[in-house]
Amino acid sequence: MSLLEIRDLHAEIGGHEILKGINLVVNAGEVHSIMGPNGSGKSTLAQVLSRRESYAVTRGSITLDGKDLLAMKPEEAACEGVFMAFQYPVEIPGINNAYFLRSALNAIRKYHGIDELDGMDFMPFFREKLALLEMEEKMMDRSVNEGFSGGEKKRNEILQMAVLEPRLAILDETDSGLDIDALRIVAQGVNTLRSPDRAMIVVTHYQRLLNYIVPDFVHVLVDGRIERSGGPELALELEDKGYGWIESEAHAAPASA
Amino acid sequence: MSSSTDTIRNLTDQDYKWGFVTDIESENIPRGLNENIIRIISLKKNEPEFMLQWRLKAYRHWASLEKAEAEPKWANIHYGPINYQDIVYYSAPKQRPGLKSLDELDPEILRTYEKLGIPLAEQKLLAGVAVDAVFDSVSVATTFKSKLAELGIIFCSFSEAVEKHPALIQKYLGSVVPHTDNFFAALNAAVFSDGSFVYVPKGVRCPMELSTYFRINAAETGQFERTLIIADEGSYVSYLEGCTAPIRDENQLHAAVVELVALDNAQIKYSTVQNWYPGDKQGRGGIYNFVTKRGKCAGVNSKISWTQVETGSAITWKYPGCILQGDNSVGEFYSVALTNNYQQADTGTKMIHLGKNTRSTVVSKGISAGHGQNTYRGMVKIQKGATGARNYTQCDSLLIGDRCGAHTFPYIEVKNSSSRMEHEASTSKIGEDQIFYLQQRGLKAEEAVSMIVNGFCKEVFRELPMEFAVEAQKLLGISLEGSVG
Repeated sequence: MSLLEIRDLHAEIGGHEILKGINLVVNAGEVHSIMGPNGSGKSTLAQVLSRRESYAVTRGSITLDGKDLLAMKPEEAACEGVFMAFQYPVEIPGINNAYFLRSALNAIRKYHGIDELDGMDFMPFFREKLALLEMEEKMMDRSVNEGFSGGEKKRNEILQMAVLEPRLAILDETDSGLDIDALRIVAQGVNTLRSPDRAMIVVTHYQRLLNYIVPDFVHVLVDGRIERSGGPELALELEDKGYGWIESEAHAAPASA
Repeated sequence: MSSSTDTIRNLTDQDYKWGFVTDIESENIPRGLNENIIRIISLKKNEPEFMLQWRLKAYRHWASLEKAEAEPKWANIHYGPINYQDIVYYSAPKQRPGLKSLDELDPEILRTYEKLGIPLAEQKLLAGVAVDAVFDSVSVATTFKSKLAELGIIFCSFSEAVEKHPALIQKYLGSVVPHTDNFFAALNAAVFSDGSFVYVPKGVRCPMELSTYFRINAAETGQFERTLIIADEGSYVSYLEGCTAPIRDENQLHAAVVELVALDNAQIKYSTVQNWYPGDKQGRGGIYNFVTKRGKCAGVNSKISWTQVETGSAITWKYPGCILQGDNSVGEFYSVALTNNYQQADTGTKMIHLGKNTRSTVVSKGISAGHGQNTYRGMVKIQKGATGARNYTQCDSLLIGDRCGAHTFPYIEVKNSSSRMEHEASTSKIGEDQIFYLQQRGLKAEEAVSMIVNGFCKEVFRELPMEFAVEAQKLLGISLEGSVG
């Protein structure tokens, strides 16, 4: 059974159709990259997968480990193993980072009938992950993302991923706003989390991130459809030629029903 | 002070409409308010003459206000006219239905008790169910009282204090909130039922939080509570009022008065968690909580702190404040006020700086949800002689949903140029982005709102005695249920 199967997915927001028939199969252990020009629907796909209710699915299906993902609320999908590293992580004033993470972890544990971790048990586990992301413990006393630089926020997203150990990790333009050093640290963190039990979908504009997080598959999204799929070399081709050639090929071909 | 027999003689010499002697024996005091009723109340409570006279003076003042249609209407709250003649003013312990078991209780209330983690025996007591299980409240109360007595601390009901400590009552009653202060204070002074009295002697630090641990006793408190706390020189006391458990009451109007007096180097910490019945989801019913609370920092280096978490009542109207009379005195006000469904609140504080080098801190967190209307009204008054006065005020509003309202009316009057004032205000909304972020991490929408709100209120919760803080957090979560669609 594949980890994720998307079949003929159509989705809209505010009455405007963005995804026009996505088909994608992702197996455990794989890293897929979704690339494409602005407005192609990359972020929409990420939002639909994480079950953001403002995006309405009008046709198609998505299964996660054989379960109907579209029937799940965001928190259920999270507990079933979906994690999204947000492009613009929000701030939550007054809530301590460590406390927030422990609550999230415990919500998931509770869902699976596992005992919750108390503060004492959580800390060593947490420190391990902090070290991985080269983050300082004192950052964890601050409110969630409050006063964090762009790079710190993105690292915080990957830290959360490390703690929550998802089945399917969706990285939504994780590289946006990162300088080279931050990029290296984030990519390193992501790479350590690659595992045969886990799949990742890396949504990105630029090929550069893919030098660090080398994908198994690259898909190019144009105007709500995957127009081209290939291996990591496809990303290099795009870097070289831009999106234009794929876009024109897409427009030349007759639109499918 | 004349004896009870004198009082009775005075009364029986007069002409009463309702067959006075019979009424003393029966529990059925007629509805309505007039001098006869005041006399009946005082007699039933066996009060000394001075107390009766005090009540009568207040009543006459209130009646003149009522006649002149001087009931205050300036607050940002709306309610139908109150018929003062349609209230029974003598309060026996609050009327509660004599339920045979908890199964007869409104399931909403039962559910709240369970969510708050209230032990079963306490639930029964709160609900008015007869308890035959062993619940040893008597011995617990005895232990506390004897410990306090050893230290010379007086902690008893107001009625008991009038009887046993009349000198203290006469000295301090009305010294912070005189009967002329406002319409509802006058009413309270005339008809107050009972409340707490605390006196802490010089140099004594009260070793325990004086709570209406007495959570059970909170259920007994009536409509027109009167509380007086006196901290003598160098003493300290922390008092907890109220109850997270929702209390229903047939009586809609609650007009309490709380007076605090702190002498030189003394400190009083007064915390309130209030969850009076707020009315139903359509805004019907619910209690009107019109309260006058004030502390006088009479002595040098004295300090009074108010901390409140107000989640209940259909309407909350109160401004716990401090008169900073003594030099170097400090006043604090920390508040979380929540209005959900159709609740209304017009609340805040008054800090009056009189002495030198006085300081006040105000942190107000207003949360509006549903169709709630939440108003912060705060006054900081720095009088001419208040050299070196400092105030810091922060009032933050949080809006949940798009049908509620938050309003702010700060009043700042400064008559001394050496003073320093800081005022910050913020209004924010719980963003859908924030909720989604937390949901995407596994939390349900309501848990997310609760977490965000708790973060918002953290500075206030930090000031509450710990056990109250935990309950208050739970209470906020429960009160916000259904606020996120």
